[in-house]
Amino acid sequence: MSNDGGFPTPGPDGGQQGIGGGPAGGFRRGAFGVSGSGDTSGFGGLVRVEPGGAVALHSTERPYGGYFDEVTDALIDEVGEATYAAAVQRVLVDRGELTYFVAREHLLTIVQALRDDDALRFELMSSLSGVDYLDSGGPEVEPGRPRLHVVYHLTSMTYRRRIRLEVAVTAEDPHVPSLTGIYPTADWHERETYDMFGIVFDGHPALTRILMPDDWDGFPQRKDYPLGGVPVEYHDATIPPPDTRRAYR
Amino acid sequence: MTTTQDPYAAGSRETTEGRVYTVTGGDWDQTFGTDLTGEERLVVNMGPQHPSTHGVLRLILDLEGETVTKARVTIGYLHTGIEKNTEYRNWTQGTTFVTRMDYLAPLFNEAGYCMAVEKLLGIEIPQRAATIRVLVMEINRIASHLVGLATGGMELGALTAMTNGFRERELCLDLLEEITGLRMNHAYIRPGGLAQDLPPGAVESIREWLTVMPKRLAEYHKLLTGQPIWQRRLKDVGYLDVTGCVALGITGPILRAAGLPWDLRKVEPYLGYETYDFEVPTADTSDAWGRYLVRMAEMQESLKIVAQALDRLEPGPVMVEDKKVAWPAQLSLGADGMGNSLEHVQHIMAGSMESLIHHFKLVTEGFRVPAGQVYVPVESPRGELGYHVVSDGSTRPWRVHVRDPSFVNLQATAAMSEGSMIADVIAAIASIDPVMGGVDR
Repeated sequence: MSNDGGFPTPGPDGGQQGIGGGPAGGFRRGAFGVSGSGDTSGFGGLVRVEPGGAVALHSTERPYGGYFDEVTDALIDEVGEATYAAAVQRVLVDRGELTYFVAREHLLTIVQALRDDDALRFELMSSLSGVDYLDSGGPEVEPGRPRLHVVYHLTSMTYRRRIRLEVAVTAEDPHVPSLTGIYPTADWHERETYDMFGIVFDGHPALTRILMPDDWDGFPQRKDYPLGGVPVEYHDATIPPPDTRRAYR
Repeated sequence: MTTTQDPYAAGSRETTEGRVYTVTGGDWDQTFGTDLTGEERLVVNMGPQHPSTHGVLRLILDLEGETVTKARVTIGYLHTGIEKNTEYRNWTQGTTFVTRMDYLAPLFNEAGYCMAVEKLLGIEIPQRAATIRVLVMEINRIASHLVGLATGGMELGALTAMTNGFRERELCLDLLEEITGLRMNHAYIRPGGLAQDLPPGAVESIREWLTVMPKRLAEYHKLLTGQPIWQRRLKDVGYLDVTGCVALGITGPILRAAGLPWDLRKVEPYLGYETYDFEVPTADTSDAWGRYLVRMAEMQESLKIVAQALDRLEPGPVMVEDKKVAWPAQLSLGADGMGNSLEHVQHIMAGSMESLIHHFKLVTEGFRVPAGQVYVPVESPRGELGYHVVSDGSTRPWRVHVRDPSFVNLQATAAMSEGSMIADVIAAIASIDPVMGGVDR
């Protein structure tokens, strides 16, 4: 699981345990990204990963706590042990939220079960959107890296539960099955995600751009799509556009 | 056919579907002459600039006579790329962007965004900040419902509803201006708490407003609720039941008017909403009339919450104590307007080098937020406003996605209006109450 995109999150104990690989090279500490300079203002408790650092993403071990175990058990019951093992690549519990990383071949099976099973009943698809986890480390994008994630937020109105599904695809093969057949509300969400990230939802009845003009080139919310902007003169100084300003990452 | 030809110029052409006319106005008889035979299928483009589309919204309606057979919605005319822009600003600056999305509910955007950032940071805000957030959000909810009522009334020809609605909304905005400094786009709620405490006199102003508003809201019942025209324009119009709502992801007053008391303030309480005494108004008509009644009742409930929030205001900080997060803006009112307080400026410029460094670092660079992602929903006047915020551990958001209720609810247009009369499309969209700034972001 070392290359399916995403950022590592602190392990169950809140520390860096579970990020794996140790803090060699890829990590940076302190609120302001500087160490050994006598920076008294830095917040030392934060650990972040440098772009390009070799990072293994961890999976939360059971028990997950709360209703997460109940949901997972019900899901396994419904789809079967084998399908679950094949479909759910890893499970992450972070900040009280449960995320299933789902293989796209099994997405429809999993979602159908989540909606229809009596013990699950995720009737409402609250949100569907994309995240581009393109590595900002260098100009070359490693081909074949599943940088585009589709993130689904499902809500069970019966049990008052929320879970998140994530499907990762590559920019070269950005195909994900459409959920419009299961949740009609996915229609515009998927059109927006296509519009902004170029993720193609197979089976969508009319996957066209929704916010950008029909003849627009490129997918604006991908990380390799520039923000744009022009320098602005103000009080004899020139202010560069936001994406070319000095960055404090 | 040359490319320079105006495709929308008046004229007619033969197609496999029969003769197709393109008209942009003029006299009906002159365009068609005596040719008005066969089926009358009319495709009418309505908007994006149209006084009855509730914003910059374009409708493409297929009509047979006055019956709508197909309603298609085109959006995107107000797309400003706010989600992308937040990725190039630090976490605190994000507040000033998201507040401009759903511009009738700016404080809900700020609260949702800030609660997401706080969840990522793992911090709790002070009690007073939470109470004031509830207070300003509920004032904002009333202002938003009043605009929904006012513009909806205007679209249906009830112009007094419009003038009165904006009059009462002005009272709400005056309050918000007194509290936050701005009528709209406040940037008042910040990650970690609030930009500043309530100014002196604000509590008294809110109490006075609380005595005025119930009378004013009662006037709407006198003006509209019992009025036969208003009733007949709304009853049985824009029908959408619970099944349809959930399938289409519809939340907020539309869902509650279909009978499901789904209000995130009750079912997933945040900011201490579980400690307030208020009801979730519902209706069982599933139509525009029910939505009108639900919104009217919700304003009354919001008044109750505001009164309770005022009663429980205890002195205390309105920002987390952690100086690594709290924006060093000790604001005060000077001769030249609101700005950093003189004491603070003197302290950092002449007193403490470390404070100056800290101020500079935090203002220019911002704070870092541990990597991870959260989804935080709040109940905005239009339904579930969800913030999906992703951090890579840096000083800027990696991704901010807003699940805007207007965007999702607008999908119901076709389900609500196909098969109805064209005049009812207007009533149906008005009852959805979409805010295009939120739809297009």
